[in-house]
Amino acid sequence: MRSKPSAQSSGEHAPWWLKLGAVGALLFLHIPLALIFLYAFTTDESGYTFPPPGLTLKWIPRALANPDMQAALLLTVKVAAVATVAALILGTLAAAAVYRYDFFGKETVSFMLILPLALPGIVTGIAIRSAISLLDIPFSFWTIVIGHATFCVVVVYNNVLARFRRSSGSMVEASMDLGANSFQTFRYVIFPNIGTALLAGGILAFSLSFDEVIVTTFTAGLQQTLPIWIFSQMLKPRNRPITNVTAMLVVVITAIPILIAQRISARGSDSEGATK
Amino acid sequence: MFQRISTYLYLRPRLSLALLLLPPLVWFLVVYIGSLLSMLVNSFFYLDGFTGQVVRQFTLDTYAKLFIPTNVQILSRTLFMALAVTLGCIVLAFPLSYYMARIASPRMKTFLYLAVTLPLWSSYVVRVYSWKLILAQEGIISWFARLLHLDGVLNWYLSSPLLGGPSLGISLTGVFLVFVYIWLPYMILPIQTALERVPKSLIEASSDLGASPAQTFRNVILPLAFPGVVAGSIFTFSLTLGDFIVPSLFGNSSFFIGKAVLTYQGTSGNIPLAAAFTMGPIVIMIVYLLIARRLGAFDAL
Amino acid sequence: MSDQAAVEFQNVSRVFSMQHGSEAGAVKAVDNISLQIRDGEFFSLLGPSGSGKTTCLRMIAGFDRPTSGRILLGGKDVSDLPPYERDVNTVFQDYALFPHLTVGDNIAYGLMIKKTPKAERRKRVDEMLELVQLAGFADRKPAQLSGGQRQRVALARALINHPKVLLLDEPLGALDLKLRQQMQVELKAIQQRVGITFIFVTHDQEEALTMSDRIAVFSQGKIEQVGAPAEIYEHPATAFVAGFVGVSNLVSGEVAKRITGSEAMFSVRPEKIHLGATGGEDMFTANGKVRDVIYLGLYTRYLVELDGGGDLVVVEQNLKTTSMDVVKIKGQPVILSWKKEHIRKVGG
Repeated sequence: MRSKPSAQSSGEHAPWWLKLGAVGALLFLHIPLALIFLYAFTTDESGYTFPPPGLTLKWIPRALANPDMQAALLLTVKVAAVATVAALILGTLAAAAVYRYDFFGKETVSFMLILPLALPGIVTGIAIRSAISLLDIPFSFWTIVIGHATFCVVVVYNNVLARFRRSSGSMVEASMDLGANSFQTFRYVIFPNIGTALLAGGILAFSLSFDEVIVTTFTAGLQQTLPIWIFSQMLKPRNRPITNVTAMLVVVITAIPILIAQRISARGSDSEGATK
Repeated sequence: MFQRISTYLYLRPRLSLALLLLPPLVWFLVVYIGSLLSMLVNSFFYLDGFTGQVVRQFTLDTYAKLFIPTNVQILSRTLFMALAVTLGCIVLAFPLSYYMARIASPRMKTFLYLAVTLPLWSSYVVRVYSWKLILAQEGIISWFARLLHLDGVLNWYLSSPLLGGPSLGISLTGVFLVFVYIWLPYMILPIQTALERVPKSLIEASSDLGASPAQTFRNVILPLAFPGVVAGSIFTFSLTLGDFIVPSLFGNSSFFIGKAVLTYQGTSGNIPLAAAFTMGPIVIMIVYLLIARRLGAFDAL
Repeated sequence: MSDQAAVEFQNVSRVFSMQHGSEAGAVKAVDNISLQIRDGEFFSLLGPSGSGKTTCLRMIAGFDRPTSGRILLGGKDVSDLPPYERDVNTVFQDYALFPHLTVGDNIAYGLMIKKTPKAERRKRVDEMLELVQLAGFADRKPAQLSGGQRQRVALARALINHPKVLLLDEPLGALDLKLRQQMQVELKAIQQRVGITFIFVTHDQEEALTMSDRIAVFSQGKIEQVGAPAEIYEHPATAFVAGFVGVSNLVSGEVAKRITGSEAMFSVRPEKIHLGATGGEDMFTANGKVRDVIYLGLYTRYLVELDGGGDLVVVEQNLKTTSMDVVKIKGQPVILSWKKEHIRKVGG
């Protein structure tokens, strides 16, 4: 705690150039996202004219009705859902094993789980692509899911392991001591306590998968997930207004769950803090 | 029934551990490590230029191809870009990180933290897309330049052979800007963490001893923030090395590693060369991580 | 069957293999212990941390299993039974209350698992809350309780199942002194009311002496001595017990020879020593100087430096003296005396 000096009392004042730099960086981070929202309503169909010549709502229903977009969205949601379920199962199992038991190579397991997220996406992508080529596996829904689940596991793992470490270690023992077997203990004690961690981890995994484009490029073949569809629209713009609206849609779809997940994690640590 | 299974497993902790660990372990060993190995294997195969088929025979020829001038140029260009992006991120991140760590009130800090992480979590493709809008010829930057009567300067800049191009949207400058924008949060957060750990007393001690604010900054704050800078640079560096989206969308005809890998595995079906190329970033990152660990960057993560 | 031991250890050992990086080794946490705990007893396992007492408790509960030897509960070998099939309940050091359940649901947990009907559950929870003096707290969450209250909930949760044996793992460790002393009395009263065997792990010798019917003193995985509190206090079997239970003055060598005529090490309790000479055949005397005086209200503690080296702690009740009187003694030379029968020759 001592290393987190409270700011108001620190008496450190900010020189003007520091404030300017900070505000500048914030604007730099947020103006582009704001423009996404602006352009979703532009009347300009053939370019990115600024300021927009006019504003309209007409592209929103048209984008939502666009069959290509719909197909891509559906595929993306399906992939993300299945990958999230796989990540939840694998991540929770790994977290439970690492938390509950001491075994040789424990650190290696954590390291291996983080690797797909730590290495550049292209490495994971080309690696899986190599395996697909080597084994002559046809591209399919499942090749996408396998790639996504692999880098989503670590998100669930981290969330669940952190929750395990924060909750009282003797809780499981207490439950068994009171007559509950392992399955009852999981149902009545472990699950209620890691529930929010699973939810937060699951949401993060879902958005990670929903957004992914680099690994997907190598595992999708000719299938198009929503990010890949947007990418292809950027390479060869055919339908700018619809792409504009879709971009906004994606921001909204991913930002809201992330905000919820962050609130869940924050609340989890708050209530834990209160019991200490 | 459940009771009996539970008891059976409880009395055999090794078996329980195996049951828990086996699914994730098998998944990672088969899918991930297996894939990495198959990539390694593939990089020792070669593409028969005549039939267009991958020949599954051991050869070092594919690796040798990395050292022909075009490919060396691709590697060095990517490396140079990664370096430039990292420096750009450091410069841009530092004031905000410093403000977050040492000046902002707790509430302000929570707000800023959210403001930095939100872009990090929002869609990567969409964030790239937003720069398509910004850098377009008819986009906001050109408009702004006209407003300030600087369009002449902009055109002069674009006419420079190395950094320019037909528009900002198709130039190395564009690639650089988009990279900096995309990876900036990865730099802000570790620097902020490192700066937060600098005890206030240290700064007071420095000014007590007669150092001017500039001297304090240079001699006290900067060295202490350094591990954070190195930690952040791991992300900016690694992510830039492996990205192909941004160069594809904003780059001119000059290739980067990611784009080269994509092209080789895709249109030409030359997976061996793509795999060999990917070893480039892997080796660079391993060396980088070893250096970073020396510099104490992992404490700041 | 009444002479049947509630808990019996037969040559129990527990070895932990350690894996720390490249170093591998084995630690004998419990080293060939045999012990019988009688039905209805308040039995304490006393020892410093790392002496094996908590490992013994965990082996009774079933969280840990002996590497060799057997543990019997009511005459039955439980070595292959998991915790949930043992008629034993535990009060944990950190209470281990379930944070997502109310106090009432925490206490009812064991009954819920046993599928006891709801109405009966509620009735018994109320009885338990009454017993631990928390009536009306059923709907609160553990986070809303104080440390002492959580401790009572943990106790109620364990007792509601009417176990044969209740295990308590340093349950008072986190409480402040006053609450602690109050809980000591209360625990003892509850134990007498419910008539369940209590096995109490503690490192606090005073706590063990206050509450227990019998005490086992642990050191380095072995039992040094088993006995009633008075027996352990008055007749420590080893130097370790003499030193660990109560304050003990150990004297040996040249100084010992000057007092008793023998160089052998002996111990004498502080409260047995008088300030001032008391003549008599059955008395030992020693000369020294008062180095420090601590006035503690009920009694005063003196630290006396013996001529020839070594310190003795002396405790005297403040029957007639006041704080003003005792402080004057500081720095003065004194003669100490105590009955010959009050010294214990101790080995090692």
